[in-house]
Amino acid sequence: MIVRTSLLLILATTVAFLLSLLLPFASIATLLGQDPSLASAVFVELRLPRAVLALVYGATLGASGAAIQALFANPLASPDLTGTTSGAALGAVVTAYLLEFTAPLALSAGAVVGAVAALGLLLALAGSKAETSTLLLAGLAISALAGALTTLALALAPSPFAFYDAYEWLMGSLVDRSLGQAVFALVPALVSILLLLRQVPALDSLALGEESAQAMGYDLRRTRFWVVALSALGVGGCVAICGAIGFVGLVAPIFARRLTRGHPGRAIVPAALIGGVLLLAADLTVRAAPLGRTLPIGVVTAMLGAPFFLFLVLRMRRGVAS
Amino acid sequence: MTSLLEAREIAVHARLEPTNLQCVGGEMIAVIGPNGAGKTSLLRALAGIELEHGSVIIDGEAVVAAPPARRMRLLSFLPATRSLVWPISARDVIALGLLLPDPKRVDELIELLELKPLADRPVNSLSTGERSRVLFARALAARPRLLLLDEPLSNLDPYWVLTTLRILKATVSDGGSAVLASLHNLDQVTAFDRVLLVHDGRILADRSSAGMLASDELGQAFRVERTGSGWKIRETA
Repeated sequence: MIVRTSLLLILATTVAFLLSLLLPFASIATLLGQDPSLASAVFVELRLPRAVLALVYGATLGASGAAIQALFANPLASPDLTGTTSGAALGAVVTAYLLEFTAPLALSAGAVVGAVAALGLLLALAGSKAETSTLLLAGLAISALAGALTTLALALAPSPFAFYDAYEWLMGSLVDRSLGQAVFALVPALVSILLLLRQVPALDSLALGEESAQAMGYDLRRTRFWVVALSALGVGGCVAICGAIGFVGLVAPIFARRLTRGHPGRAIVPAALIGGVLLLAADLTVRAAPLGRTLPIGVVTAMLGAPFFLFLVLRMRRGVAS
Repeated sequence: MTSLLEAREIAVHARLEPTNLQCVGGEMIAVIGPNGAGKTSLLRALAGIELEHGSVIIDGEAVVAAPPARRMRLLSFLPATRSLVWPISARDVIALGLLLPDPKRVDELIELLELKPLADRPVNSLSTGERSRVLFARALAARPRLLLLDEPLSNLDPYWVLTTLRILKATVSDGGSAVLASLHNLDQVTAFDRVLLVHDGRILADRSSAGMLASDELGQAFRVERTGSGWKIRETA
């Protein structure tokens, strides 16, 4: 059962990735007939980075979402609701528009610093075993603060086009990124996901409570440090390239835990795959929407994710964790 | 006989004064003391949780230095809180107490604690008493040398209090392991060989259970005294 579901999940991820590369199929087929070199350029420079970014960003949100939920022992914790994504966006905006460093590496570093600051502040404010309400309120406050500071930074920016410039990016977009930019998100994301896997046993033991996990020999300070640092690294790297995309990090781990029979730590891998599929699907939706223009992908994930979040809140009121 | 547990100068700031403790295999030790006396701090320190000073050696091995794979064989700790967040089945929770998957051992514990009807239900939907049994089974799973149990008998009905005590006795009977359990109900100490009275962050007295119940320290620490059939508040002159 578990094996079959895992295989199905890997298959779904592969199919979504290939569809993202191939759709719309007619235009690339026509182009291939007329000008093969242009077709391959479109393929490598437009479609490949977009598909890679959707998969990588989704996987990062899923994996870090699962790790953050396991760490806080709370199914409503996620990179966006803890303010991590907003912190990363603030870091990137400050780096780009106030400090005026626009090199991709500087942007990524700025976003990672912002994400670490936001997650660290959350741990300091709410503690690691906070009630859901405390956690969400602290996350809300951090998001609001980061959002306000982002707006302030843009308002104070020397460039008069800062707002206009940053808006599409802030809404979250995978469009028109180069292969080089995709690599800049891919590397920190892969490092983050792979190293998060080392925390799986500790995070699963944490399901028994902090004291039990500590008595089993897990150093929770170290686990906390790694989850915060690695989530910030992965999310920061992706936000620097694609802006803030919400709700995938909340939703993917919840589905993933159904595959791991509730175990929060070992849900990291399936959550990464589900996150990748979700973001690829959201991007395909953006492309297929018959609006004659491109929607920011963050809008799609928020429109689908927010109602789901409300549904979870209602369920938690009845005392059922997911 | 060499000691199974050897704790030297273990201390936790503002909670536990530097404390020494030894015990041998086969011992059942009760830890009693008024609320906030430091019972939990003593058990946590022995489990190596946030231990600031001193050393705990179980079976010749330093607890703090032991990685998870070793530590699960040395000791297990049952926390006083029985809350579990994630919808993991009782069977899987017990398995979390094992280093490697061992379905036979899990089935054995399910049998022992009569958990069969609950085994596949998510633990966050069980009652507190039922969760206590699941977590107790988890603590037993890896057959550790030292069981550190924080109020293992609270939330249990009389049948399960007696059954838990019987299981603990059977567990230590081969002399390879020992139990330290904190208790609130003074009438339960008679089931233990040895009783530690903790007060103001130190072990005030260390006696046999009969000796402890008759001792003056007990009355002083708890501010109660024995009457014919039970306890009454001690009137200070």
